[in-house]
Amino acid sequence: MVNDPLAGDQAQPHGTNVVKLAAVVSLIGRFPALAGVDLSVGPGEVVLLTGPNGAGKTTLLRVCAGLAPVNRGDASVLGFNMTRRNDRRSVRRQVGLLGHSNALYDELSVEENVTFWAKANGADLASIEPALERLGLADRLRSVPVRGLSAGQRRRTAMAILVCRRPRLWLLDEPHAGLDAEGRDLIDSLVRQAVESGATAMIASHEPDRIAALATRSVVVAGGRIANGACP
Amino acid sequence: MIRDARLIAMKDLRIEKSSRVLTTQVLPFGFIVLILFGFGVSPDRRVVGDANRSVLTEVAPGLFWIAVLFAALLAFGRSFAVESTDGSLDALRLAGIDPAGIFLGKAAAVFLQLIILEVLLGVGAVVLFNVQLAAPLLLIAVVIATTVAISATGTLYGALAAGQSARDTLVPLLVLPALSPVLLGATRATESALYGPTSDGWPVAGLVAAFALLYTAAGIVSFGLLLDET
Repeated sequence: MVNDPLAGDQAQPHGTNVVKLAAVVSLIGRFPALAGVDLSVGPGEVVLLTGPNGAGKTTLLRVCAGLAPVNRGDASVLGFNMTRRNDRRSVRRQVGLLGHSNALYDELSVEENVTFWAKANGADLASIEPALERLGLADRLRSVPVRGLSAGQRRRTAMAILVCRRPRLWLLDEPHAGLDAEGRDLIDSLVRQAVESGATAMIASHEPDRIAALATRSVVVAGGRIANGACP
Repeated sequence: MIRDARLIAMKDLRIEKSSRVLTTQVLPFGFIVLILFGFGVSPDRRVVGDANRSVLTEVAPGLFWIAVLFAALLAFGRSFAVESTDGSLDALRLAGIDPAGIFLGKAAAVFLQLIILEVLLGVGAVVLFNVQLAAPLLLIAVVIATTVAISATGTLYGALAAGQSARDTLVPLLVLPALSPVLLGATRATESALYGPTSDGWPVAGLVAAFALLYTAAGIVSFGLLLDET
C-alpha cells in the first residue's frame, strides 16, 4: 500500500492569518521591490498572485519565505515576526518555496536529489517513495542524473522534494513552467490535496485562467504594491 | 551540527565523484603549475656557497604550496558553484540546516579533495624537484594543519562571494592575502620536514595549526550571517 505523501497533521494557527503584511517595503539593493504591500492570507486559502514582470510577485513570495528582508512595515508569517532575523530563520523551516530555479544538483540522480533534500529538510524518509511515484519519477527516471532531464521532469523532481517536505505554507512561483498538460494537472492536484490536508498556498502565475479554478482569491501585484484584494 | 556536516560533505563528495572535476581539472591544473614553476628555475642552478644543493630543490616546498593553493582556488569555486547554479543555496537556507554544519561539511569535502591533490602533487614534486624527506611526522602534521586552514578559509570566502556576480575573481582576491601567513608557515615547516632541522619546524607547524583553528572557528561562528547576506 502506498502512503499518502501529503497526509499528516499540519498544525495551523486557528483564527489568525497565516500571512499578514502591513506596509511592507523590501529592498533589493536600493530598489524597492516591494513598496508598501498590505496583504492578509487566512488558513487554507489558495491565493493567486498575478501581475506584470517585475511587479514584485517573486519578492513577495521570498519575503513570506524569510529569504528577502522586510526593510519597513510589519510582517508576520505563521505567527513569526519577519522583521526579526531569528524569526525569519524559524519560519524558513515551515514553508516550502518552489521558485524559478529547482534547487537540484545536476550530477546527482533524481532519487539522490530527493533523498538529500528529504534528509536536509528533516522529512520522513518513508515519504520519498510515495512522492516519487506520485510525480511519475519512480521507474526509469529515478536513477537518471538530473542534468539529463527535461525542464518538466526537473520541475517534477523539485515538486517531489516539496511534497516530502510537507510545508504548512506552499509558496509557488510559476509552478507550471516547463510542464506539459499532465504535469500541470498533477501540480494542481497536489496543491489541492495539500490544502485539504490543512496547508495554505500562495501561487504566482502568468496564467491566471489556469489557477483560477484552484485559487480562493486573486491578488494583482503592480509596481511593488497590491493593486486589489489585499484582505480576504 | 555534525549530522548536517556529514550530510553536506557526503553530498559534495558524491557530486565530485560523479563530475570528476578533481581528476580532470583541478589535478591537471596543479601539475601544470608545478611543472611551469620548475621551468622557471633551472635545475642546474646551485645554491650559493653549496655546489651540492640545487636552487630548485631548495625552493620546492614553496612551489608545492603555491601550486596547491592555486589548484585549491578551483575547488573553492566548484564548491559554491554547485549551490548557486540552480538556486540550491536558498534551499539550504530554507532547510533549516545548521549553518555551521554547512560550513564544516563543505570545508570537510574540500579538505578530502585537497589531501588527495597534495599526495599526488607531492609525488610529482619528489620526481620533478628531487626532494628528500627528513621528518615524515612533521610533514604529515604540516600538511593536515595547512589543508585545514586552506579549506576553512576558502569555504568562508567562497560563501561570501557566492552571491556576487564577480565571484570568480573575488575569491582569489580574498583568499590569497588571507592565507599568506599560512603559506609562509607551511613553506618554512615543510622545509624543516624535508631538509631539517625538525626542531625549527614544529613551532611553525603549531602556528599554522593555530591559524587553522582560528579560521575554522571564524567559519563556524559567522557562516550563518554570511548565508543570510548572500
